[in-house]
Amino acid sequence: MNQLQIIWQGLPSLLAGTLVTLNLTFYFLILGFLLGIVLALGQVYGPFPLKIFFIVPFERFFRAVPELVLLFLFFFGSSFFRINISAFMAAVLAMGLRSAAYQSQIFRGAIQSIGEDQMRAARSLGMSTLQSIRYVILPQALRLSIPSWANEYAVVLKDSSLAYAIGVTELLRQGRYIVARTFGNALLVYSACALIYFVLVFAGNQLLKFLEKKYKIPGFEIQERRDQSVLERI
Amino acid sequence: MPKTVLKVENLHKSYGNLEVLKGISFQVRQGETTVIIGSSGTGKSTLLTCINQITPPDKGRIWLEDIEITDPKTDLNMVRSSIGMVFQHFNLFTHLNALDNVRLGLTVVKKISPERATEIGIEKLKLVGLEDKLHSYPAELSGGQQQRVSIARALAMSPKLILFDEPTSALDPELIGEVLNVMIELAKSGMTMIVVSHEMGFARAVANDIIFMENGVIVEEGTPEAMFNYCKNPRTREFLHKITELYGGKKE
Repeated sequence: MNQLQIIWQGLPSLLAGTLVTLNLTFYFLILGFLLGIVLALGQVYGPFPLKIFFIVPFERFFRAVPELVLLFLFFFGSSFFRINISAFMAAVLAMGLRSAAYQSQIFRGAIQSIGEDQMRAARSLGMSTLQSIRYVILPQALRLSIPSWANEYAVVLKDSSLAYAIGVTELLRQGRYIVARTFGNALLVYSACALIYFVLVFAGNQLLKFLEKKYKIPGFEIQERRDQSVLERI
Repeated sequence: MPKTVLKVENLHKSYGNLEVLKGISFQVRQGETTVIIGSSGTGKSTLLTCINQITPPDKGRIWLEDIEITDPKTDLNMVRSSIGMVFQHFNLFTHLNALDNVRLGLTVVKKISPERATEIGIEKLKLVGLEDKLHSYPAELSGGQQQRVSIARALAMSPKLILFDEPTSALDPELIGEVLNVMIELAKSGMTMIVVSHEMGFARAVANDIIFMENGVIVEEGTPEAMFNYCKNPRTREFLHKITELYGGKKE
């Protein structure tokens, strides 16, 4: 009973931490989304030198380096250039750019799956390349991206807990403080943190599933359940 | 004599070492229908996409009325908006319903108000007999219906010329008729059309001109009457004989 009281008393700080976690996740995803789309479009339609000298190295770097290393690079490494940025800002940059690299691959796959025929049809109506992308390619590609994007959302939200390591007082750090302050039960407090993460990921994925259904294109929805497979019928 | 809508002069196009078009020249006059025939791989589709510069040609000049399309200073988007194109695989925008497919070019390219675009869209879809399918998505339509939507999409832009790239070859035999009927009506109403097709019944019914292409050159060109009855080249005769056997269109 005493232990539960600790959780109850710590709830305001846990919720404050949750707010920071959500804030971080929001900025990671927004930065990743906007930059990811630009990178994906550049990779599909851009000139060759841009791809080979900028987009591909960027994407490879941010996908190859561990997130914790990125966080340390941006936070502790920035002082080398005499740039003073907050831990929050360093986290947003490191993880946002990392997410951009991953999201660019989600969008690139979706854009390439649309096929050249749609572009030809749009161009033959007299649309510019940008208009074709805006009105024909992206509306289809973004719909196709939702399932993979839901995965990226879950990954990014959970990885925001790594910002703990550079001192951002997000959910996990608030949990750590409660354990330290009250000599409380670590299992119980961290379980509460785990539960909050779980709820956030679960709710977000439900919302994305709803969007996927709402914006599905008749005839192109991703099938939930297939009919009996050929093997089963034999 | 009606004025010339399209003039193609000495058009060349290569993909790597493969020379697809080896100097094509022809003209299409207003209100006329030109049918291009020839075995696959002879550059018929490349010729069509070179006309609206979706595939830029290597050499040669093309005029749409008095605008030179091949002039680097020409605004290609403006030119393309006045040349309709109907594809073998329809290429309808899969995320838009029939009406929105027809409206998109009007609102985005021609900057026509949404209300007016809807009126035009409904009018054109009526013309191709699809007024009851305005809100159906491409995947919910049959191949023939999809192709008619794509004809309506081309028509809505009030083009000076429509290019048809094998419009019926991806269709079930039962659905070919409904598309051809729309095209015949269109030709009769005075639309200028260039049609790559082996539907000889269609060619006999409305073509003013048949062009036979082989290996990137025009082998022979003439009215259907002349081509079917008095063609000079033995290759043309052989090809015409084969496709009339396959696709019909013999005189009863």
